Formats: sequence, C-alpha cells, structure tokens
Amino acid sequence: MAEANPASPPVVTPVNSGTAWRRLGAALRRHPTAIAGGVTLLVMILVAVLAPWLGTVDPTDVSPIRRLKPPSAEYWFGTDMLGRDVYSRVIYGTRVSLTVGLAVAFVATLIGLAIGLVTGFVRWLDAIVMRVMDGLMSIPSVLLAIALIALTKASLTNVIAAIAIAEIPRVVRLVRSLVLQLREQPYVEAAVASGTRVPMILLRHILPNTVAPLLVQATYICASAMITEAILSFIGAGTPPNIPSWGNIMAESRSLIQIAGTILLFPGIFLSLTVLSVNLLGDGMRDALDPRLARRL
Amino acid sequence: MSETASVPAPATLPTPGNALLEVQGLRKYYPTRQGLFAAGAPKVHAVDGVSFWIREGETLGLVGESGCGKSTTGKLILRLQDPSAGSIQWRGREITDLNAGEMRIIRKELQAVFQDPYASLNPRMRAGEIVAEPLRNFGEMTGSERKERVAQLFARVGLRPDQLVKYPYEFSGGQRQRLGIARALSVNPKLIVCDEPVSALDVSVQAQVINLLMDLQEELGLSYLFIAHDLAVVEHISHRVAVMYLGKVVEIAPKRTIFTAPAHPYTEALLEAVPVASPGLRRARKVLGGDVPSPINPPSGCRFHTRCPYVEARCREVEPPLVAIAPDHLVACHLRPGSIMTDPASGPTPAA
Repeated sequence: MAEANPASPPVVTPVNSGTAWRRLGAALRRHPTAIAGGVTLLVMILVAVLAPWLGTVDPTDVSPIRRLKPPSAEYWFGTDMLGRDVYSRVIYGTRVSLTVGLAVAFVATLIGLAIGLVTGFVRWLDAIVMRVMDGLMSIPSVLLAIALIALTKASLTNVIAAIAIAEIPRVVRLVRSLVLQLREQPYVEAAVASGTRVPMILLRHILPNTVAPLLVQATYICASAMITEAILSFIGAGTPPNIPSWGNIMAESRSLIQIAGTILLFPGIFLSLTVLSVNLLGDGMRDALDPRLARRL
Repeated sequence: MSETASVPAPATLPTPGNALLEVQGLRKYYPTRQGLFAAGAPKVHAVDGVSFWIREGETLGLVGESGCGKSTTGKLILRLQDPSAGSIQWRGREITDLNAGEMRIIRKELQAVFQDPYASLNPRMRAGEIVAEPLRNFGEMTGSERKERVAQLFARVGLRPDQLVKYPYEFSGGQRQRLGIARALSVNPKLIVCDEPVSALDVSVQAQVINLLMDLQEELGLSYLFIAHDLAVVEHISHRVAVMYLGKVVEIAPKRTIFTAPAHPYTEALLEAVPVASPGLRRARKVLGGDVPSPINPPSGCRFHTRCPYVEARCREVEPPLVAIAPDHLVACHLRPGSIMTDPASGPTPAA
C-alpha cells in the first residue's frame, strides 16, 4: 500500500480486514475457470434447493406401465425399470451429493483442525496421533469407508461419518505442518514472552493463519467425498437404495446399460460437472490465497 | 545455592546483592541429530558457561559476532528455550525450574523486544490489539482502562492515535519497532531483553529508537539487556558491556573501560574492526586471522587461542576463568596480570 499523499485528509483508513477478501475476489477474476466452477456450483446448489419446483414429480413414484421410456418431452431423461422419472431422481440426487460433500468437508475439516492444532503444539502427543493417522491413510479411503459402513446401518448420516473419518488424516497432516511452521514464527515467540497462555496462542496467533489453506483443502475434500459417496452407493455400501442419489441411480441402471444407457448417463454427467466445478473453484482459491500452497497439496 | 556445585568454581562470579537478574554458568547445547542416536551425537555448544548480572536501572550491552550465542542467551533468560545447565535468578529467585504457569507471573516484569520488527508482530492483528495483548494476558484491566492505557503507550512511543487500528504491514520498520517497544512496556516491566532491536533498521531510524529506549529508561527506571553486534550502538546505550566469543563471556566492564582500555585480546580486535569515519586516517590495523571455530567442537583451553595474537602454551590447555582485574572489570584471559592472582581477597566486589 502506498503512503497517503500529503494533500489527502489525514485520518481516513481505507484498509481493513476486507483486504484479504478483496484480494481473493481479484484473483478469482483472473481465473475464468474458477469463475466457471463457482457459477456451476451455485447452479447446482440452486437446483438442490429448488428441486420440487423444477418440473419434477415424486422421485420415488413407481409406475410399471411407463417403465424404461426413452427421453421424451414428458420424461426428459426417460424412466427407469420401475417407471420412476429419471429427471426427478437426478435433480433430487443433487441434494444427496451436495449434502454429503459439504457435510464431510465441514466435519472432516473441523475435527482435523482440532486434532492438528493439538498435535502440532503438544509434542508428546504428536508421535502417537500421527502414527494413528498414518495407519488410517495407509488404507484407501473408499475401502476404509466400506469397512466403516459395514459396521453400522446404512444411512446418510453414517455415510457422511464414514467418509469424514477417511478424510480426517489429510486435514490433520496439513494443519500439523502449518502449526509446526507457524509456532516458529517470531511473533509466536513474542506472544509467549508477553505471557500468552498456550490456548490463546493457538486461538489468536495460529488459527487465523490456517484458515486460507484449510478452505482450499475443504473444497478438495468436498469433491472427493461426493465421488466416494457415489462409489459407495454404486457398490451398494452407501446411501440406502430408497434415497435417490446419483450413485444409487447409476447402480440400479448398471445392468440396463445396453437397453437404456441414458439412465446411467445423466447422473454421471451431473456428478462429473459438480465435482469438476468444486475442483476448479478450489484451484482458483488456492492460487488466490497462496501460490506456494500448490506444491504442498 | 546448589549451582556452585554443578558449575566449575571459577565460573562463579562475585555478584552484588542488588542484582535484578543474575546469570551463572548458563549453558545451552543443541543436539546435531534427532531421535534414536541423538545421545552419542556431537552437540552444538551455543551457550557454554555465560555469567553476568544486571542491576536495577542499568543497561548491559551484550556484544559478539554472529553465532556467538548472544541471542540464545536472551532466549534462555526469557525461558523461550530451556537451558541445558546453569542458573538464572530473577530478583534472587531461581527461574530455570519454574513451570510455564509460574514463569508467566515473572514475565510481567521481564519483557522483550525482538530483532525483526515485522516477523515479531502478528500480521493479522491490529496495532492496538498487539500492544494490548500482554495487558489482556494478565487481565488486570477492564476493556476501557486497557484502551486508555494503549492510547497512552502509543503516545509515549511516538505513534499517532489513528494508527491504533492499522495492521503491521502499514507501518515502517521504525514504527513497527516502536509498536514492539509499546507492547513490552504495557505491563510495566522491570527488565526488557532487547534482542538486536535496531539491527534491522536504517541508521537514522536506529538513533530514534535508541533514544526512545534511553528516554524510557530514565523515565521508568527500566533495565535493559541490550543484545547487539553494532559496537557504536552498544557504546551509546550501555552502562556496562559484556563481550561474548563462541558461547562464552570473555570480558565484562563498564562501557568506558571496554572502549578505552579493553583487557581481552578479542575485545581489542573487535574495537580495531570498527571503521573510522575519516578516509585520510590510516591505522595499523590488527586484523584477526582465520575464522571462528565450530561451536560443535570448540577449541580446548581458551576458546580464542586459535586466533589470538598473544597465544601462549597454557592458553591451549587451561581454560582461563572469568576474574576481576579491577572494580567491576572481569576478564577471562591468562595474560592479564590481575587474572593470574587467584586470591579471592583481590576481588573488588564482595562475594555473594
């Protein structure tokens, strides 16, 4: 920021905490792909919220008479083997995917942040917790989620919990590395010297500096959680079959791919688009918030 | 005190009873290797038996070249790092074995100003919050009292009230250091450890900050441990000066004595190295040969013997103790007449 020139009125201070957000906005404008991702994601969220008003019928309404209809003016995406409207099912499926993606991102980030902060600062805990995290990470996240689902009853909440547990180690690693870096900062030393207690050091001096990279990490978790949910549903280990999720729709139409391939096509397109938009947004945010982060993630 | 048992007798200084801070045989070794094989690995002797004291209202300058352990000494005193051995007494109370909670109470009287005026301020906090942080930590004031105190501190260190809401990056280097000083002053400390507070600043700004520190000392009766490598700065601000070489204090004396009649060959060489501001003047300069030896494997005997122009056989074998050769003047050198006398009666200050 340039010094105020002598002619300008003296006391006005235009700069405030808004600068970080303004910088983010400016950087996003430089990334047209991120804008495209953001807009697509926004549309998907609107679709999920407004699902009942988008010309849909009850997605679970069975009608054997009109089963396996190809796409037409009446049934935009056709109907499935039970005569359910695929369009309505896909639109309602948006709700499931976005719920799972956002919930997992939120839960995994929050829990991972808490664990990472503590292990980064309490050295004796670090070795123990990090070995547990290494153990969790050594199991592929889909496999771990399947195992966790197998232990409980299939429900949306359990799917979210299972995927979140599989994602937590990644957040812990990121937060821990940030904390280890930040705790060596002279201003943290200065805070210790001025009598700040450890919890306040974490809250005042470490936490605010982890927000930006965590936000980026959260978008990646969101995208990967949506894919994992679809995979789990597809193999029948995820969202209960009575709930129309993209993975369920694809799973049910799997055997019909030669007769009615479109049933599988539409949820696939929606899933790809949503995951792509979240990833594009994440990439844009990463570049905007910290170019150096590109290497760490 | 049990310290006299663990620390070799010669390293124990006779100290005056009125010392605010008293450091005896302070040591800090860093392992060169971590983990399973750390025990047998060589250690870096960053601080290796440092002793000095600071009286109330006094400034002790701590000088030495890069890597001699002066900053580490400062951090050990602030308990930002734990010493490997030795004793630190704050107003007669041992603080090396205090836990974090007990140390916090001492921190109210023992504050610090750091070298890098940018890195030592949290970039996400406003100037007013930074200065208020110690006050909040000790929670003795209401919000409005605290605001008033911060405003008063801002005025005292020469910052404008409208700068209270600004962020560190909106300040110049000198202003940031004023912020650091205001933060240290907020809780009315007795001693401020200044770890190279002006070495990152322009020369003109250095003078302003130094003068501010001196004014504050006069006004509030503060003591400083002033760590620096710039002899001109140290000469300006200090009452007494301690010279460090390779983790050890080699000479402590009142400022005038150090700068006019240095007793240790290393101090002599340091003063020789100060540039003179008259291009026409040519001096026969005694330049030290060689480099500073590695602190991982420091030389035997006198640490300075590898570079000392007056080196003798005994310097290589026997480590010279820090002893008084005049009132308030201590030197660790075999070649100083006073230092040969081991008779404690010759010590000018009564042993504590």
